[in-house]
Amino acid sequence: MAVPAIVTEPGLIGAADTSRGTQAVQRFTQAILRNRKATAGVIILLILGFAAAFPGLIAHDDPQAAIYDQSIGPSAQHLLGTTQLGQDVFAQLVWGTRLTLIVTVVVSAIATLISMVIGVTAAYVGGMTDRTLSLITDVFLILPTLPLLIVLASYLPPGTITLIVVLTLTSWAFQARQLRSQGLSLRARDFLVAARVRGERTSYIILVEMVPTMTSLLVASFLGLAVFVVGFAAGLQFLGLGNSTELTWGTMLYYAEQSGALEAGNAWWALAPGAAVALMGAGFALVNYAFDEISNPALRPVRRRRGKAAA
Amino acid sequence: MRYITRRLGLFLVTLWAALTVNFIIPRVMPGNEATAVLATYHGVNPAALHALQIEFGVNVHQNIIVTYLQYIANCFTGQFGITAQRNPVITEILSKVPWTLGLVGVTTVIAFAAGTLVGAVSAWKRGGRLDGILPPLLFIVASFPVFFVGLLLIFGLAVTLNWFPLASNYSIGATPSLSLSFIGDVLDHAILPGAALVIVTAGLWIYSMRNNMISTLAEDYVKMGRAKGLPTWRIMFDYAARNAILPNLTGFAMQLGYVLGGSILIEYTFSYPGLGYLFYTSTTDHDLPLMQALFLFYTFAVLICVLLADLLTAGLDPRTREA
Amino acid sequence: MAKPLLEVDDVTVDYVTDVADIRAVDRVSLTLHAGEFLGIVGESGCGKSTLLFAIAQLLSPPAELVSGRVHFGGQDLVQLREDELRHVRWRDYSVVMQSAMNALNPMKSIGAQFKDTIRAHTRMAPAAIRARSAEVLHLVGIDAVHLESYPHQLSGGMRQRAMIAMALLFTPQLVIMDEPTSALDVVAQRSLMNQIKALQRQLGFAVIFVTHDMSVVGQYSDRVMVMYAGQIAEIGATASVFERPLHPYTKGLLEAFPSVRGPRRALTGIPGTPPDLARPPAGCRFHPRCPEVRPECSTLEPAVSMIDGTAVRCILYAAPLEDAV
Repeated sequence: MAVPAIVTEPGLIGAADTSRGTQAVQRFTQAILRNRKATAGVIILLILGFAAAFPGLIAHDDPQAAIYDQSIGPSAQHLLGTTQLGQDVFAQLVWGTRLTLIVTVVVSAIATLISMVIGVTAAYVGGMTDRTLSLITDVFLILPTLPLLIVLASYLPPGTITLIVVLTLTSWAFQARQLRSQGLSLRARDFLVAARVRGERTSYIILVEMVPTMTSLLVASFLGLAVFVVGFAAGLQFLGLGNSTELTWGTMLYYAEQSGALEAGNAWWALAPGAAVALMGAGFALVNYAFDEISNPALRPVRRRRGKAAA
Repeated sequence: MRYITRRLGLFLVTLWAALTVNFIIPRVMPGNEATAVLATYHGVNPAALHALQIEFGVNVHQNIIVTYLQYIANCFTGQFGITAQRNPVITEILSKVPWTLGLVGVTTVIAFAAGTLVGAVSAWKRGGRLDGILPPLLFIVASFPVFFVGLLLIFGLAVTLNWFPLASNYSIGATPSLSLSFIGDVLDHAILPGAALVIVTAGLWIYSMRNNMISTLAEDYVKMGRAKGLPTWRIMFDYAARNAILPNLTGFAMQLGYVLGGSILIEYTFSYPGLGYLFYTSTTDHDLPLMQALFLFYTFAVLICVLLADLLTAGLDPRTREA
Repeated sequence: MAKPLLEVDDVTVDYVTDVADIRAVDRVSLTLHAGEFLGIVGESGCGKSTLLFAIAQLLSPPAELVSGRVHFGGQDLVQLREDELRHVRWRDYSVVMQSAMNALNPMKSIGAQFKDTIRAHTRMAPAAIRARSAEVLHLVGIDAVHLESYPHQLSGGMRQRAMIAMALLFTPQLVIMDEPTSALDVVAQRSLMNQIKALQRQLGFAVIFVTHDMSVVGQYSDRVMVMYAGQIAEIGATASVFERPLHPYTKGLLEAFPSVRGPRRALTGIPGTPPDLARPPAGCRFHPRCPEVRPECSTLEPAVSMIDGTAVRCILYAAPLEDAV
């Protein structure tokens, strides 16, 4: 058999990459539409994204305007009732989507990035670097997240930046191990050996050759992280350690709990943001679950034919 | 043996990391939190005050290494200083331990048992009508923030239906004793927070147990079990479930960190006066000594559990014994 | 002729997927008599392992037995429910898998796994269980002390023999083996095969032996079945098939092996690759690679014809067509 011709023109490689990219996107979109869980998850996230981008189109009240009757339950004018200060809960919920979503996405993205750099570097460079980075990762993994969050947040000035910083610090380790594993299995693959032989720099190999191959794992990591970041962010704010002056679902929960909303009759002030956090988590979780199934056929639902074989 | 030494090493390094976090943060963070807090401490137990000065670096005029070592020695002897209410931190913490231990301990055991059973059976019966709905449903419920489950339970069962009390660990005015009525009262108060914890913990465990089972069920020795005509229950539990759990026992122990975090939020939601509620009040009171000591305690608790899981794995998995 | 031990009748197995159903085994029939050693050969992916699992009733999703019967011990195994099958499993027929490392539970000792198997079918005192376990280990040349050993503590060859010992716990009438020697080196392979043959002579069980190794089949089996793309290409007595191969595929397989003592000749392989079973070739499945191909081969699927006791699926041997079909 003839040896395949070696591709020497960089232009050709570039062209192959683009068409591979578009093909991948097409296949992905088809996979999402075929899988009911993915579709549900994507719809949820799209709705939340829309609410974050154009809150004014959904809720007409100013969320901060404390002009209504205080602490009343749901009614026609106030779908979810009002707060202790007389603000419309529904408006707060819708307007609070933006900051909640931003924090979640930013933290998940940065944490996944850090996770990837550390995981892949550890895998590729190996040796002492690997052992040190892995040890650091393990330590961060074992340290209990919420207690660490509480300690860190208590020392820093309250605000959204603090929130983002402490959340990123505590969550980057979650996916570093998986990314390192995949880095290890990729390391021995031919195309990377070829790059090394060509004399490429380590940073080039990591960024240009390895990372694009790991895209599916990176997306899965991002989604998996988002599920938990939403919960931890809300939890921290619930305790009052977040950015209580700004409007997010977590801060809504804080004020609702402080005012005893559950017993006072406007329970929706507490339940609605909680449900919203759960909904966003569910959206990310569904897309993540479907992503797992799409990339790992062994997990797909099993189809069985009815009836025994006839002669 | 090497396996155990490696895990013990990790245990010690993490413990050291937690201690160091407590030491470094007051010195590194912007602002003079610690100095301000300690300045309010007048006329208190000198030994306790000294321990705090060492921990927070206030009024200490020694080499930082010496200070560091003294601080670590203090931690090992239980010298964590005093709280904002002028009680020794260690006594305050120890008095709350039984309440949190009871709540978290019992719920974890229940969640683990239920989770293993449901996860194993659900993986075994793949392809049924239930299989399309149950796993994603569980995954979603598990990703509910734990305090939301708590809030729902409070609203549904305590406020609306009035079946259970909504706060605290026993009724106001009741005297703690070992009488049946007091124990009943305690249980009555523990059911809702317990239920919230069980739901979320079990949900997570079921999901990962199911995935591990599915991989294990694909193994050849499970097929062999079928070929040999072994009874279904034996294959499912003795060959599949056991092999699915054991390598993942450590992972489960690591999840405990998440569960403990959840317990803090649950105690806050239910005003259940355990360690978690203490943690919360330490932040509102700006009680740094108490807060940092609690952080150490929670870390230590997780580490002990992880180490126990590692020991169990080493003991029960014949493959690790060789290493 | 004595009544056959096993009659596989028109078995068909499909792999059911989202996209299409793949027919891995297509209308395979075979007969096996007591004490007979049948070797099944074919390239990777020809369906031989799938056929084996179908016979042993061990298929799992997405593989499904679509039609056919497996007559064994006076019953059709296909029609039996799982709990009815349990009575037959291991007592009347047992299975030896390819990789003992994967087929043995890594967390249980050998003895414990033997005990589980025995207790699944009969009540025996612990001493009797241990005695029987030691006995079968002795049969395959393993010291009874290894009942306490774990699979990873044994060498590859020992593990495989332990599996065979386990298969003989109830001295079944049929032992089905799926490439048990593929993971071993040649020396261990020969040793194991000789052991299997000796045990067969001693205990009288029949063997169905799946392999891709023609030389093993040639030396140890009484009858051989050649499979291609899920169908039977040829089946007959080993001596006949090896001396006078009928199907062009069989000829190609035999010609790919040099004879140690025979004259030197150029080796020829079989050009091309096995077909994609999702889209098998029309007509005879082998025709794209066949050196004796005829024009009809691309449209007509040949039926099985009998030539001197050997069954072969090839148009070269089909009886000339009459006007009335």
